[in-house]
Amino acid sequence: MNIPLLRLTGLTKAYPGVVANKDVSFDIQPGEIHALLGENGAGKSTLVKTIYGLVKPDAGQMQLKGAVFEPADPRAARAAGVAMVFQHFSLFDAMNVAENIALGMENPPPQREIAAQVRQVSDQYGLPLDPTRIVGELSAGERQRVEIIRCLLQDPKLLIMDEPTSVLTPQEVSILFETLRKLRDAGTAILYISHKLEEIRALCDAATVLRLGQVVGTCDPRATSARDMAELMVGSSLHVPHKAVRPEGEVILTLQKLSAKAPHRFGTALRDIDLTVRRGEVLGIGGVAGNGQDELVAALSGEIRTRRDMLMMQGKSIGHLAPNARRRLGLLAAPEERMGHAAAPDMTLTENALLTAVTRQGLTSRGFVRWSKARDYASAVIKGFDVRTPGPANTARSLSGGNLQKFVIGREIMQNPVVFVVNQPTWGVDASAAAAIRQALLDLADQGAAVICISQDLDELMEISDRFAALNGGRLSAPRPAQGLSVEQIGMMLGGAHDMEVADVEG
Amino acid sequence: MDLSSINPILLLASLMVAATPILLAAIGELVVERAGVLNLGVEGMMITGAVCGFIVAISTGSPWLGFAGAALGGALLALIFGVLTQVLLSNQVATGLALTLFGLGLAALLGQGYVGIKAPPVAKFPIPLLSDLPVIGPVLFRHDPIVYLGITIIAATSAFLRYSRAGLILRAVGENHEAAHALGYHVIRVRLLAIMFGGACAGLGGAYLGLVRVPQWTEGVTAGAGWIALAIVVFASWRPWRLLLGAYLFGGVTVLQLNLQAAGVALPVSYLSMAPYLATILVLVMMRSGRAPGSLGQSFHASR
Repeated sequence: MNIPLLRLTGLTKAYPGVVANKDVSFDIQPGEIHALLGENGAGKSTLVKTIYGLVKPDAGQMQLKGAVFEPADPRAARAAGVAMVFQHFSLFDAMNVAENIALGMENPPPQREIAAQVRQVSDQYGLPLDPTRIVGELSAGERQRVEIIRCLLQDPKLLIMDEPTSVLTPQEVSILFETLRKLRDAGTAILYISHKLEEIRALCDAATVLRLGQVVGTCDPRATSARDMAELMVGSSLHVPHKAVRPEGEVILTLQKLSAKAPHRFGTALRDIDLTVRRGEVLGIGGVAGNGQDELVAALSGEIRTRRDMLMMQGKSIGHLAPNARRRLGLLAAPEERMGHAAAPDMTLTENALLTAVTRQGLTSRGFVRWSKARDYASAVIKGFDVRTPGPANTARSLSGGNLQKFVIGREIMQNPVVFVVNQPTWGVDASAAAAIRQALLDLADQGAAVICISQDLDELMEISDRFAALNGGRLSAPRPAQGLSVEQIGMMLGGAHDMEVADVEG
Repeated sequence: MDLSSINPILLLASLMVAATPILLAAIGELVVERAGVLNLGVEGMMITGAVCGFIVAISTGSPWLGFAGAALGGALLALIFGVLTQVLLSNQVATGLALTLFGLGLAALLGQGYVGIKAPPVAKFPIPLLSDLPVIGPVLFRHDPIVYLGITIIAATSAFLRYSRAGLILRAVGENHEAAHALGYHVIRVRLLAIMFGGACAGLGGAYLGLVRVPQWTEGVTAGAGWIALAIVVFASWRPWRLLLGAYLFGGVTVLQLNLQAAGVALPVSYLSMAPYLATILVLVMMRSGRAPGSLGQSFHASR
């Protein structure tokens, strides 16, 4: 048998109170796409950080092409041919694309040459990118391209990708896969971390499953069903959200020619959005990131005020109302960004629960906070939504992404909303938590609330929506019944591929 | 009142001299802040630099060694701040304020035996040929070397931040320290170096006050110049050339109001003394456009 490109033997890393990796061993062959599967907290991130030289293992050994590989820092790893695309992009917003790329290279050529190389690589792999643009202005998909091109310019032997598709549209995903396949055919090995099993089945040649820091199995993803892989990953049978048939309810929320200026320089203006939402339905809204999703959520939640009659709820004009006044009427929202928008990172869960639930749960009295009641409410959310944390006195920052997401969604749902608006409910959340969140949204609709779910994850929208609409450049397409929509129809609704060179890679 | 006594050429020339201390202190702080550190101890580092420079100049008789000593003294004081905030992770605002108070006290203590002594003179260095030009010559090219040094540091810093690899890394560290760390850059090392550069520049600025502007040691010789330097960095949107403009504006109005006082303008002196501060802040606020470095003032701890 050939020498593996990378062999991990008995890697162990413990942090105070938790063993992140325990005796992890597996091989990556040259020119294969190897999936690393596992829930949040399974130790995937620690493992790849070890390979990338950010974390030193307590025990165990790595071999790269048969030679001992102990990178002291990421530079050493890069020099040895290991490159990594991070899940939360390691980009610098205030700098342009070429500068960001130069920062990820060992001996970068002058800016002008980088610009030329970027153009060349982006043509080669169908990843259009302008090297002079400021990264802060780019969409999530474009930012990922910056990271990928940064890696590709170093001609890596092993490319590590940490949940690369969580923020991409289907078109962007197919382009990414085409790029990765081209790379594999050119001999680059790829370590692909994800919990989207269908993607792994479509893309990967081998898979290693981690659970609680240990390797619990390996499989050939092309020959294993998604369900079997999921159960291997979770360690128990997986719950699939159940969609009940619901009668059509009364109209509860109406948007009439809702328009709003872009709230900041990099924002999108909302243009003439007409929409009616009924009790007991889940309305899914798709679209490429940066087409007005954040602004629509803000206009609905009250962060952006509009003319009063642009937004009607149960026959009342509410476009001018502030968030707390809307909460009183039962219009609740959970924005996309968990840290810093949905939750204040350094405040406790009790304080975070108080921040949005104060009106509907009566958590103050004569201007004084009723702490015991607030604590009880936070505890109820933690219990009701299986948030894994020692208790409500812990800060929001101490929770993993999936747990915090369960908390911020649970916090709104347990206030019994009449209309619930949620943006990217399962972004960066592991499979079992995502299933629980989707089920909670469906249950909410079953109880007669209207749910507006904005997401980049079309599989998710198809799974839970009754009707589907798409945002494109701040305009909303007319909603259509979700049942029976084909991928092509959805693509058309999303307004094509948005500056993507689909033709280049489809052949 | 006799405004004709004000000579515009002399006014412009003395503007450059008046602006130099703040200019030096501010460019140092600009580099520190671009690396993501907020050091509010500029005033303390300036006055420590001033007293160190003065002592070295008196004991060696050379003002140039004095300036070198001032830079060293400022950098050492800044290193205390660096170790406290970067290694021991103390709060930057509190530590910076403490550094100012500490520096003021330390300078008063060190300078006790030097009150009333006159500093060795700093010779002017007219640039050959250029200084003979009419108008421009006396305004721009007949100064002491430290004035030229100040402008050179501005130009060098601007080029460093914009074009050099090290400057790019420094900005990266200030913009997003987590990402810079993830890419394998040494956040704390970069910041410590920037902090020491900032201290050295503040020391030079302080010494310029003690050796050229006043030329003798008096307690509290900096008189708030460090705070003005801090303000100018923010209002200049963290850009070196704008900072030069801000410092000259401040220096210009300072010199002008002194001239107006001498000419006997019928305005209370307090208003005239206020004018430089008001004018500088007003103009720079109107021009303000940039945003602060993304990680400014946050402690970095490589925990993951």
